[in-house]
Amino acid sequence: MSDLVIHLRVNGEPRRWTVAPGDLLLDVLRREGYWGVKRGCETGECGACAVLLDGEPVNSCLMFAAQAEGRGLTTIEGIAERDRLDPIQEAFLEHGGVQCGYCTPAMVLCAKALLERSAHPTEAEVREALGGVFCRCTGYKKPVEAVLAAASTGRGGRAPVRAAAARPSRAAARARKEAGR
Amino acid sequence: MSAHRVVGRRARKVDGLKLVTGRTAFTDDIDLPGLLIGKILPSPHAHARIKRIDTRRAKALPGVHAVLTYQDVPRVPHTTAGQAWPEPSPYDTYLLDSKVRHVGDRVAAVAAETRAIAEEALRRIEVDYEVLPAVLDMEHAMDKGAAVIHDEPDSTGIDDAARNLAGEIHRELGSAEQGFRQADLIVEREYRTPRQQHAAIEPHIVICWLDADDRLVIRTSTQIPFHVRRQVAMILQIPVSRIRVIKPRIGGGFGGKQEMVIEDICAALALAARRPVKLEYTRHEEFFMARTRHPQVLRLKMGVKKDGTIVAHHMKVLAATGAYGGHCTTVQGNTGSKVLPLYRAPNLKFDCDVVYVNAPPAGAFRGYGCPQGFFAQESLVDEIAHQLGMDPIAFRLKNAIRQGDTDELSAQLGEGRKGLPRLIRSCGLPQCLARGAEAFGWKTRRTGGRRRPGRVLHGVGLACSMQGSGIAGVDFAGAFFKLNEDGSFNLQVGATDLGTGSDTVLAQIAAETLGVSLDKILIYSSDTDFTPFDVGAYASSTTIISGGAVKKAAEKTRDAVCCFAAKLLDANPEDLTCRDDRVFAPGGKSVTMGEVAMFAFYKEKTQVMEGSSHFNTDSPPPFCAQFAEVEVDTETGQVKVPHLVTAVDLGVAINPMQAEGQAEGAVAQGLGYTLAEEMVLDEAGRVVNANFCDYKIFTAEDMPKLTTILVETEEPLGPYGAKSIAEVPINGVGPAVANAIFDAAGIRLRRLPIRPDAVLAALRAPEAAR
Repeated sequence: MSDLVIHLRVNGEPRRWTVAPGDLLLDVLRREGYWGVKRGCETGECGACAVLLDGEPVNSCLMFAAQAEGRGLTTIEGIAERDRLDPIQEAFLEHGGVQCGYCTPAMVLCAKALLERSAHPTEAEVREALGGVFCRCTGYKKPVEAVLAAASTGRGGRAPVRAAAARPSRAAARARKEAGR
Repeated sequence: MSAHRVVGRRARKVDGLKLVTGRTAFTDDIDLPGLLIGKILPSPHAHARIKRIDTRRAKALPGVHAVLTYQDVPRVPHTTAGQAWPEPSPYDTYLLDSKVRHVGDRVAAVAAETRAIAEEALRRIEVDYEVLPAVLDMEHAMDKGAAVIHDEPDSTGIDDAARNLAGEIHRELGSAEQGFRQADLIVEREYRTPRQQHAAIEPHIVICWLDADDRLVIRTSTQIPFHVRRQVAMILQIPVSRIRVIKPRIGGGFGGKQEMVIEDICAALALAARRPVKLEYTRHEEFFMARTRHPQVLRLKMGVKKDGTIVAHHMKVLAATGAYGGHCTTVQGNTGSKVLPLYRAPNLKFDCDVVYVNAPPAGAFRGYGCPQGFFAQESLVDEIAHQLGMDPIAFRLKNAIRQGDTDELSAQLGEGRKGLPRLIRSCGLPQCLARGAEAFGWKTRRTGGRRRPGRVLHGVGLACSMQGSGIAGVDFAGAFFKLNEDGSFNLQVGATDLGTGSDTVLAQIAAETLGVSLDKILIYSSDTDFTPFDVGAYASSTTIISGGAVKKAAEKTRDAVCCFAAKLLDANPEDLTCRDDRVFAPGGKSVTMGEVAMFAFYKEKTQVMEGSSHFNTDSPPPFCAQFAEVEVDTETGQVKVPHLVTAVDLGVAINPMQAEGQAEGAVAQGLGYTLAEEMVLDEAGRVVNANFCDYKIFTAEDMPKLTTILVETEEPLGPYGAKSIAEVPINGVGPAVANAIFDAAGIRLRRLPIRPDAVLAALRAPEAAR
């Protein structure tokens, strides 16, 4: 079978990829430099390869790349805005939600999709949203706390990537408050 | 609160940023031109001899660059166990062999331009097998007439190959026989534990290539880079100097990567193909071709006086090491040496046989023999306390080892050889019990094994455990510092952060000792070309042993800094103090670390660079008390665990947030081990649940409420008083849950995992399950 040319958007940027019909989205994303997409089982069970397809989490190992034609993908590389971490990423660092980090991109993306849907989720909703991502390190307590903390701080403000330890400024907090209204 | 500035802080992971942003960090996150894909042809038989193997059709396939069988590689007996040399495991393994000993054992290996070509090449390899009878049941492995799994003449260190006995251990303190004569009550019970899979989310993966100087580079997801270098050199018969092992970030290990699982074969492929080769297990392959926890059958006999004093304890263990004997006597030795001494009985006896079976090999796994032993011991202790009518906490406290005690069993049961006695210099077990019970509401919630009416029964249970902190007299580490112009320090360690956060903890120890902020420490781990030797990350050793090396090296570095600063400040070096990134003279005058560096470089024409090594002759145990609440559904047999409390004495917590995370992760794995996780083999030796659908890992939705309590004690042998935490909280989950099931329903479940069918059977025949 001959190769296909597909057009899609990844993290808001238009992309034109040449793929084989059988190429998995997981393999193509990694080949194209989206290293944050992880391979854990290739059978749709562990969730380490999760990306957002038009805002909803999917296992990229269960999709052919060709199925992404015309769609919009978000990977972990698209979560931080320029040099500012997303509050979810910030919260994962602040609350010890990261251990080995292998499932972290998928966890952050699933949390992102949840908070887009529901700004103030319950703990049960957070657990359900992370339920498709296996983590063998944390016991999930701290990732869940991180997502709840990110939700409670709102999603407007972003902390700078380079000085990840820096606390959000008062102005940023005010801006967040404004955005929250 | 402590006077420390960096130690004891809930600092963020120093390597966290690249992990939350998904930047290149792991073994596979690299582009190499000309990279080939390696694949292993797995044995379809549990036990067979290769009569004929023909690779011509595979080699003829375009895109195939190397095909290896046992005829193409050196035959060097070795162990894949990542242990300090000389390894206490038998040398019973070969890079490739003419015999296969489990389904999934290596038959051949290929390297090809794509995965599809590599898989096609495997299909083209023709193999004629002489299928041999398989030994699958560990309880019949030593039977007369059983097939001999290791009949090759060149393996060494096997206890009795003709009987499939990989190793045996027999030790006694006092006389168990005489002890039982003094007992008022003797209880003898049998317990069984399953073959558990590590299931790190990042599978085993390695990339090998020859660099521009023709040196072999091994980039691998390992806990033991220096052991891998030594092992691969021996197996491929090339000098250590021709090998460089790089450990990037690791996507979880849990002991499964304290083993040289695939580095040797990938290196052999890269050398044969003269091209870079990547070898990565699929999840399916992980279940057949990686390692497992040792399944055990434990028979315990305990004798007590009426007042609850334990007078004798005899533990008999039968364990299966699978097809190869990596870690066989050391894991099982731990089942005795780390478990029995928790209670100070004068008469202790430990007997253990570890047998070969035609199953995937067992190896190191978080807890290293202790989860098996503590499941049995803590279940039995609970039963005895109940029979005596004693409070289970009071019974444990009455008998438990305490500060000032010496555990002599550890002297008899070292790392596969004679060990060293353990003097208990710190022990927070009573506080763990008290604080855990308080947080759990223990006193008000016990029902005492009386079954009440109703479909769902509630109960509570507890268990105690201990572990070690490094292997006494064996584990050893190094650290190296150099000072840069801006007052930052490079810190190079051979310690292997596998996601545990050890880079952060070691950097905190460094920053504390040098009087600088955490961001001034640039830690790098690990690369055998650039970082000092370290045995690796296992045996809960990194904080205490590698941390000890970092502290020593940092002290030397601080002394060197003070020598230069003394000239700038016109003071005596010994009067100076380092804090806030500066060096202070007694009068308050100070210079920055950066100024010291510039002075050293450009005026004195020398620099601050210091290194140190460290080991301990004792292994201080962390202690743990765990409390579980259960709901037993009497109609379905389902056991739910709504709440687990873990109180752990870890010495001083260098980073409490990370320490809690270690405990919570261990508890999650322990809960899986208790209720769900078991690799099931069919009659042909095939794993029937080799995927994450059928092998259940707990998810965020499955996990109960976890409460973690850090009980801090001051350990004289640890850096800033630290002991360890990564392993001990996995031990008590199983027995705490089993004891809670008894509290709820009056039944004793003595086999892990505790599945609904077993619970239902016990509920229907409660007399048989008392």
